[in-house]
Amino acid sequence: MLDIRLAEALFDPAQNLAQFTARVPNAGGVVSFLGQVRADSGVEALDIRHYPAMTMSGFRALGETALQRWALDGLLIVHRVGQMAPGEPIVLVAGAARHRRDAFGATDYVMDHLKSESWLWKRERTAAGWRWIEPRAQDHVDRARWG
Amino acid sequence: MSARLVFLGRLEDLAGTAEMDVAPGPLEQVLAGLPRELAVALLVDRVRIALNGSLLAESGGITLGDGDELAFLPPVSGG
Repeated sequence: MLDIRLAEALFDPAQNLAQFTARVPNAGGVVSFLGQVRADSGVEALDIRHYPAMTMSGFRALGETALQRWALDGLLIVHRVGQMAPGEPIVLVAGAARHRRDAFGATDYVMDHLKSESWLWKRERTAAGWRWIEPRAQDHVDRARWG
Repeated sequence: MSARLVFLGRLEDLAGTAEMDVAPGPLEQVLAGLPRELAVALLVDRVRIALNGSLLAESGGITLGDGDELAFLPPVSGG
């Protein structure tokens, strides 16, 4: 079961996770990762831009790959786009499986690929104005772990 | 008769717009009608190109038809 959502406004991670876990009663474990906007170094807002023609199809392809690679009962991806304030959720990924290793592995895999391969562009606003975030070399190293 | 160019990430700032309607035709001809600095930025290797939502292997030989959408995708920094 694949549950993929693009959030155009503030979303409630707890509510999304509760809805997801209710749909996977046979899972013995659910691993979730929540990414949120860091409240540091004078960042006033984060803006994630995307390309609607490719965003969801990319998320779906990533989800399908994870489903093939691990024995999952379900996978949830909720990704925010648009402007966010510090402390607000950006991304929620959850993997549900009969056994925890599959859930941990799939969630880790999906996050590494969301970071480096999704059609998303991030910029942040400080007192000096908007600034585009450059791709991080670490994100590519993280993705390369999966071969 | 028009095609559309879509600029993502910092390319939007450079173009001054997220989307631009252009006359259909060969890509070289379309790019020749853009400011030189923008055209050069669109053709660097790190910028991927998608035609109507599908990634292209290379930018050579593209001709835009009526209703086509060509997106320029710089390196991503999301998630």
